[in-house]
Amino acid sequence: MTDLAASRSTLYLSPGPSEAKVETAAAPLVVPRPQSLARPKRRVAGLRPGLILAGLFVALLALAAIAPGWLVSGDPFEASARDAFLAPSAQHWLGTDENGRDVLTRLVHGVRPSMLMGLAATVIGLGGGVAIGLTAGLGRRFFDGLLMRFVDVLLAFPDLLLALVIITFWGQGLLNAVVAVGVASIPRYARLVRSQTTKVRGATYVEAAVTLGIRRSTVIWRHVLPNAIKPVLILATIGVGGKIAAGASLSFLGFGAPPPAPEWGAMLAVGRNFLANAPWLVAAPALAITLTVISVTALGRELMRRSEGAGG
Amino acid sequence: MSQIPPLVEVENLQVAFRNGPQVVKGVSFSVNRGECLALIGESGSGKSVTSRTLVGLTGHGSRLAADRLRFGGEDLLGASERRWRSIRGGRVGFVMQDALGSLDPLRTVGDEVAETLKLHTDLTKAQRTARVIELLASVGVPEPEVRARQLPSQLSGGLRQRALIASAIACAPQLLIADEPTTALDAAVQAQVLRLLENLRTPDNAMLVVSHDFAVVSRLADRIAVMRHGEIVEQGTAEQILHDPRHPYTQGLLAAAASLHSTALRRPTTAPPRMAIGRTGLTSHVIEAKGLSKAFKGPDARKRTAVSDVSFDLRFGETLGLVGESGSGKTTATRLVLGLETPDAGVVRLRGRAWGELSEANRRIERKRIQVVFQDPLGSFDPRYTVERVLGEALDVAGYRPGARRRARAVELLEMVRLDESFLTRRPIELSGGQRQRVAIARALAPQPEVLVCDEPVSALDVSVQVQILDLLGELKERLGLACIFISHDLGVVRRVSDRIAVMKGGQIVESGPTAEVFGAPRHEYTRELLAAIPQLKTRAEALHA
Repeated sequence: MTDLAASRSTLYLSPGPSEAKVETAAAPLVVPRPQSLARPKRRVAGLRPGLILAGLFVALLALAAIAPGWLVSGDPFEASARDAFLAPSAQHWLGTDENGRDVLTRLVHGVRPSMLMGLAATVIGLGGGVAIGLTAGLGRRFFDGLLMRFVDVLLAFPDLLLALVIITFWGQGLLNAVVAVGVASIPRYARLVRSQTTKVRGATYVEAAVTLGIRRSTVIWRHVLPNAIKPVLILATIGVGGKIAAGASLSFLGFGAPPPAPEWGAMLAVGRNFLANAPWLVAAPALAITLTVISVTALGRELMRRSEGAGG
Repeated sequence: MSQIPPLVEVENLQVAFRNGPQVVKGVSFSVNRGECLALIGESGSGKSVTSRTLVGLTGHGSRLAADRLRFGGEDLLGASERRWRSIRGGRVGFVMQDALGSLDPLRTVGDEVAETLKLHTDLTKAQRTARVIELLASVGVPEPEVRARQLPSQLSGGLRQRALIASAIACAPQLLIADEPTTALDAAVQAQVLRLLENLRTPDNAMLVVSHDFAVVSRLADRIAVMRHGEIVEQGTAEQILHDPRHPYTQGLLAAAASLHSTALRRPTTAPPRMAIGRTGLTSHVIEAKGLSKAFKGPDARKRTAVSDVSFDLRFGETLGLVGESGSGKTTATRLVLGLETPDAGVVRLRGRAWGELSEANRRIERKRIQVVFQDPLGSFDPRYTVERVLGEALDVAGYRPGARRRARAVELLEMVRLDESFLTRRPIELSGGQRQRVAIARALAPQPEVLVCDEPVSALDVSVQVQILDLLGELKERLGLACIFISHDLGVVRRVSDRIAVMKGGQIVESGPTAEVFGAPRHEYTRELLAAIPQLKTRAEALHA
């Protein structure tokens, strides 16, 4: 019945001279709705509620990354043997760890390295990928083939394995972990940028610019690059979540930030040893990583959906 | 009124999408057995949506209402998906415009046709295979046994459209719906497909043809319904609509179609001959192309000749029409002229100087002299750009720096193509096809070229808009003394604008000469074939008498 009413109001709303005609026809109006036609999705102002939650969570993360002191007052390094392994309570919302440090405080202070890791690794991956993809897409066929075969070989390895190989070369540390995760994602972006570039390179508007007598480098900078990387940029925002997870994995394995630093992956690694008697040590960072990855990815997907809807 | 009820009865049909306005606003029509009804209208008139309601495929999020929607006496209002499936393919055959998009690229043509038989008949596999071959043969597919095993991408456009028709008629449907069945095809192939559709008519089945083209419709239809903005403005026999249209909109459409296909020649260019100082002294030719050849490597590493030994020249202020079917090398020839491709052999001289002799920097300067208007008006603009930026970029080349003077010049260009200042802030995607093409022309004129290359500039537009754009081009050419290379597969369009014509086939120019000569006394057989294939505005009765 609601369908019938909705459909009627749609018809009434139509502007122009047809309105009168529709009105007279409204009485015997029958609304056949073949089942194959999907129902229009119901949304509040075009947004799903899950998306709003994801947005709020990411906003909270951003706040935690910029000013962790606003959210928690304590010191993430302040140890006190007396308070070790306290279960979550009113005083310590997420409990304390083996050195009596407040888990929530450490979690909040751990946002910044995690976010930086995700963003910096994405920037490195994107930068390298755009450089290689653009060169391959615009260069000679032979050169293109050479670069892409190399990229294909790298693509055959899982990203994390590639990152581990890079770490074994350069040694551990937060910076190296970021670089490793970033470099490991270059092949993926390079492939994407290259396929976009070859598509845009042949576009009529690029040809139109060439016929105008515009310098080749200007045409690339002005038309090819922006149009080729637009879809890749959106994919990159989805990728940020994955990079955060990859960075945490490296820290978990002990290749990231050294122990006392509040870092989610490292917190997980330590918490694992006390899983039986203090499960909150693992639960809190694990939940934080999961929620972060889901929220960031959800926002990225929405971005992609919108850009596709806009026809670009 | 006849005793038997009509096969299709539609009364007061309304369709709307999501929360948008109605696209079909109270349309009523009926189709009798043995009859062909044509829905004609320009893009966005709601004709395709109307035809799709008869197979229950109006699309995602559509809302449908009608007083009556009956097929073969059955009420289809609120029919279940199951019921629609039994109707689609079995009792109603649907031929779509995009033959490549409508055929599964990963399945052979034979499997595609067999699918319908599998769903709606009890034939065994062997019987189906035999029937598929029969069907393909009946729609004029040569070597049906071989073709049935090929993929759609291995067939030509005409053969694909035939295969699609074969799958639509596989179960001998009572109603055949053809949505723009020939729009994507070359003139000669179009004529063949039309003949095929004509032969498919029997006293028992009915046909619904959807088209924007009066010439197509006039070949097939007994009755015509003219649609505009989701309403039928006029409905009547083909005879009456074509010869005695009552509604001003129909009259306008017919006048536009007639003027495109008119036999009247344009008056020859009156501009005095211009000369330029070329490298070898005075020259009256702005472009000379000599012995151009170009081959491309295909995906199978075999070389395919796109053009071979093509020569022509273009005087200042003159228009050369380049005619030929798709794949005849027209576009490659012009890309060579534009200096976008380098010829394997031969030379292109622009005001007496060859592209090859120029350094890259000088070539860029020379490019200004020869500008181009492409077929796809939307694709020729950077999707991120507004009209102001599009024109700004072209004016930058012409030496206008950002500022009031450049903006004034941009407005001036827009006025030249009958648009106004308000278009500056809009994006091409928000404009209609005709408006986009006007912006494309304005951009091409910005660097003040001497030659304008028009590559099928109107083939993506509605007929009435085509006439406007062609008139605009003609006027601008005259006013600015532009020379023009005009490429089209549509002889009517080429005849309207050209001083001289070159006919291309298989990468070569088979005939060239002044327009009146080529049209009046074609020497090459292929030219005669092309001329014969021009669709005429004749009703079926008239065509049968002729």
